[in-house]
Amino acid sequence: MEKAVETSRLDRFLDSDIWHSFKGNPVAIVSLIITLIMVLSAVFAPFIAPHDPFDLMKIDIMDSSLPPSWMEEGEARFLLGTDDQGRDILSTIMYGARISLTVGFASVIFSMIVGITLGLISGYAGGRVDAFIMRVADIQLSFPAILIALLIDGVARGIFSSELHSEISLYVLIFAIGISGWVQYARTVRGSTLVEKNKEYVQAARVIGIRPGTILRRHILPNVMGPVMVIATIHLAVAVITEATLSFLGVGVPPTTPSLGTLIRIGNEYLFSGEWWITIFPGATLLILVLAVNLLGDWLRDALNPKLR
Amino acid sequence: MVSFLFKRLLQSIIVMFTVALIAFSMFRFVGDPINNMVGQDTSQEERDELREKLGLNDPFVVQFLRFAGNAAVGDFGYSYKYKIPVSEMIAERMPATLELAFISAILSLVVGIPLGVYTALRREGILSKIAMAMSLVGVSLPTFLIGILLILFFGVVLRWLPTFGRGDVVELGFWTTGFLTKSGILSLILPSITLALFQLTLIMRLVRAEMLEVLRTDFIKFAKARGLPDRAVHFKHALKNTLVPVITITGLQLGSLIAFAIITESVFQWPGMGLMFIQAIADVDIPIMAAYLVLIAFFFVLINMIVDILYYAVDPRLRTSDGS
Amino acid sequence: MDLLNINDLQIEFPSRRGTVKAVKGVTLTVQPGEVLGVVGESGAGKSTIGNAVISLLEPPGRVSGGEIYLNGEQINNLGSEAIRKVRGRRIGMIFQDPLTSLDPLQTIEQQLVETIDLHLHLGAQKSLERAIELLDQVGIPNPAERIKHYPHQFSGGMRQRVVIALALCAEPEVIIADEPTTALDVSIQAQILDLMKKLCRERQVGMLIITHDMGVIADITDRVAVMYRGDLVEEGTTQKILGDPDHPYTKSLISAVPRPDVRLHRFPMVDYIEKEEDRKKDFDVSTHWLGQAQDFDTVDGSLISVKNLVMKFIAKESFLKKNRKYFTAVDDVSFDIKQGEVFGLVGESGSGKSTVARMICGLYTPANGEVNFGGTDLTKIKSEKEKDYYRRQMQMIFQDPFSSLNSRMRVLDIVAEPIKFHKLASSNSEVEGIVLDLLEHVGLGRQAAMRYPHEFSGGQRQRISIARALATRPRFLICDEPTSALDVSIQAQILNLLKDLQEELGLTMLFISHDLPVIRQMCDRVGVMKTGKLVEVSETEKLFENPSAPYTQELLSLMPKLSNLSQSGLEVEAK
Repeated sequence: MEKAVETSRLDRFLDSDIWHSFKGNPVAIVSLIITLIMVLSAVFAPFIAPHDPFDLMKIDIMDSSLPPSWMEEGEARFLLGTDDQGRDILSTIMYGARISLTVGFASVIFSMIVGITLGLISGYAGGRVDAFIMRVADIQLSFPAILIALLIDGVARGIFSSELHSEISLYVLIFAIGISGWVQYARTVRGSTLVEKNKEYVQAARVIGIRPGTILRRHILPNVMGPVMVIATIHLAVAVITEATLSFLGVGVPPTTPSLGTLIRIGNEYLFSGEWWITIFPGATLLILVLAVNLLGDWLRDALNPKLR
Repeated sequence: MVSFLFKRLLQSIIVMFTVALIAFSMFRFVGDPINNMVGQDTSQEERDELREKLGLNDPFVVQFLRFAGNAAVGDFGYSYKYKIPVSEMIAERMPATLELAFISAILSLVVGIPLGVYTALRREGILSKIAMAMSLVGVSLPTFLIGILLILFFGVVLRWLPTFGRGDVVELGFWTTGFLTKSGILSLILPSITLALFQLTLIMRLVRAEMLEVLRTDFIKFAKARGLPDRAVHFKHALKNTLVPVITITGLQLGSLIAFAIITESVFQWPGMGLMFIQAIADVDIPIMAAYLVLIAFFFVLINMIVDILYYAVDPRLRTSDGS
Repeated sequence: MDLLNINDLQIEFPSRRGTVKAVKGVTLTVQPGEVLGVVGESGAGKSTIGNAVISLLEPPGRVSGGEIYLNGEQINNLGSEAIRKVRGRRIGMIFQDPLTSLDPLQTIEQQLVETIDLHLHLGAQKSLERAIELLDQVGIPNPAERIKHYPHQFSGGMRQRVVIALALCAEPEVIIADEPTTALDVSIQAQILDLMKKLCRERQVGMLIITHDMGVIADITDRVAVMYRGDLVEEGTTQKILGDPDHPYTKSLISAVPRPDVRLHRFPMVDYIEKEEDRKKDFDVSTHWLGQAQDFDTVDGSLISVKNLVMKFIAKESFLKKNRKYFTAVDDVSFDIKQGEVFGLVGESGSGKSTVARMICGLYTPANGEVNFGGTDLTKIKSEKEKDYYRRQMQMIFQDPFSSLNSRMRVLDIVAEPIKFHKLASSNSEVEGIVLDLLEHVGLGRQAAMRYPHEFSGGQRQRISIARALATRPRFLICDEPTSALDVSIQAQILNLLKDLQEELGLTMLFISHDLPVIRQMCDRVGVMKTGKLVEVSETEKLFENPSAPYTQELLSLMPKLSNLSQSGLEVEAK
């Protein structure tokens, strides 16, 4: 029997509008490169960071509050200077980004799973289930994500002892940020599901007899993922900002494992005394990371929605 | 119209009820309220007596209804830490937050909407490109970082503007205002810009997206085909249609200003409800947290009602029945 | 001097896959009081001509050559302010969809007065008087009161009248109408076309009407220009083009038009545009997979018997059940379909014909009534397993070829899904063999299997849909407007294919269409539906020759006659 010629997934991708749009968009390329560099240097921080800022044996208080190396009193060992305890700023940033990105990615995935599942169910089932889920979503929408995250953190503090809380604070944070973000996914997925479920390919599947679970998974889910990816990208930026904000407010991760937000908060105290580098470099890192991710999200949205151009 | 409003009112009451339930659950089940109210040296009998007096042994439903009833008249009990009524603390701090949020709301609407319209109409213009790029930086800058940078620049380097507190305030009965003194107004500038910037960029991008959507519709094409000048097409037909969806989302956004003020208030040590809330979280002062939650929900519901009425006024499709 | 003169017009759309020449040197003229039709199928470039005349081409489209003259004055090189004064004032435009052509937030009065005052400078009061007068002329009853209403308060046909009033309000010399009746029902289409023709004659306005519909051409135009892929292939009087075309494309196009007056055996010469892959002619049902013995129960008499079907949709949601308002989409409908018969359901949009189909195949649960399949009432079956047995015997082909296939799946997986679900083959390689065979059978060829739906044209996609429907080896096929989204020549191919398959496999069919001529070509018996009720059921030929219900008579009288179409090369089926 003759075998039909297969167009491979790679060929399809290389011919897709997305790839062409990406190739022709220097902003998107640069953003992706920056994001990748940041993610990789965070992931491999223990191997590539010039110092280990959390090894108390290697920190010398004599090195404290050194300015960046290009300034008069700077030392070559500490490219971006040191903080009040003599920790290398560059290294703390790399370790801090590690925390920030872990919380960011984990809470985005958490939101996505909750939001997509509820959105699919809500859109496909309709009726009371839909009304209930969407009503809950509406109520949650009346509170900004940051407030919900704060409340959850506050409640967690009330329930757990303070030692236990600082131990599990990372998970509390991921849960708090994740749960505060599901609504957007759920609403988008529900909207797309409402559109998709009335399309004739879904009706054809129903006429064949395919069960709802399979229809949702095999037919509807792949067709609603486009907007979800856009939201997820932008949500990653929001989650990183939220984490930084919570840490800045002092209710995020404990100071023993500082994230970018914690670093900014610590540095903020020295801003008035002129040691600007302690806060500005983590701040700039945060801004560049979030900006790159946002630019990627912006590009992705336009690329998936060609009529906007 | 009446049935429409009634329906929305009913929905609002359900929202408030749910939020009150959450707030009450926090109060009742997070930690032991008695332990939080009394000192270490209080005897068990005294504790039991207080428990009975406060009705903490009553059935859940009775307790909740009592809580909801009290909340409806603004009574949220006593702060665990300061031992004074929460309602007093809120009344003292609410003017600061509302004035800040009000100025920021005006700022983000007055700047955001025209910028959104402009960038949609002059899509290829250099100014639009700059505005769009700035707006991306705007949504990428965490609010607290904006605050820090503004403090650094205008407060530390230039020394032009105050960087913390409300300045001098004037008491007008139950309300304290910073609008009437020079230091009060100067103190408002940096915090209100900080708070407005994020909403402003969101509103601008939203208006732009909706406007572009409307400009692609058939009726705009038909309006052009009738020879209407650009001004009429853009402002008479496109802008009005843009506002219909914008009103809803903008309403939501402005509602969240009051809660977003938490961050701005802690950066600028602004003596409002947000700062109080942050301190309450650190102290696990549940009555304050519960009260704040209910209050935010109330503002949200209120703004939603206003949005619905506006919507009703703008869109004739809601007012008149189908004649087809 | 010609009123409108389009000379050697060229339009192109640059894109990353190269520049598309949408119009390649087209020359047309329109005289005062004349209606010129521009006809062609999708991709012919006809709509871009209309947009180019008033300089409203969708970007990145642009005029790359040629000139356009209005009364001798060149208008394709005017500045934006100068062309704006031509739009509406000298050239009126009518678009396809009346539901989206009007600003929903402004009253009809605001929109009319704005336009009239802008062009004629009459002042508010005079403009209003003129607006009311115009509404009266386009046949809107009670215009002085209706003018205060918003667009959503008018029906589709009434809105198109308002659009016509807006196009006419500044006394333009030329009107360009782009598919003005495509979104409307047949009965309203006839009224709107009559109105347009009358206004055009009375006011000596030149009209350029762009359409894909031969019925519209036959009804209203004086001359016709036929376009094919950007070229003007033939131009002449309407009588000449329809009755005695010269160009092979025009001949093919005319022969593909479904005849309201005769029933053809097959459509001839329809593969000018898209050649179908050779179907195996030596097909033997007894040995082919599709014809292999099925373990279905044998049925005597009617295969499908629908009794007293009722379907209600919630029109106004309410928390309390008793306060809900319902809209009855299907009201007490009963009919039988005999084995091997093609039964047609015809009616205008909203008549409930698709709802009936969806209840039969189980997509909707009827509020009342029975759907009997070979004597078993399907509405009573609870178990999914038992339902599967009937689902296998009953498949459906849908209207929209672009949404009826999952764009994320390969054609192979799309067609294989029903085979795998119903376990009709034992191994993956057997499934693949069956799918390839099916694709060949519907005229697509085996190489289609590994490709994705977006790589195919509308007609090819509809063939994939047919292959998927056949993949369960059904004995009953529901076709819900299977060709209404297709160009006329592709429609003819698909109708031929469905006829062949029905004969080869002895399928029983429910064929739903709003298009009476199509029904006549396809069906043995027909039911006519109006607002949820079945008003008449009759043998097809009897229905067309001698309708009994008044509504059927009305529908038939409003149907474009197309009596002067060329008859060359047609095989008329014996009655």
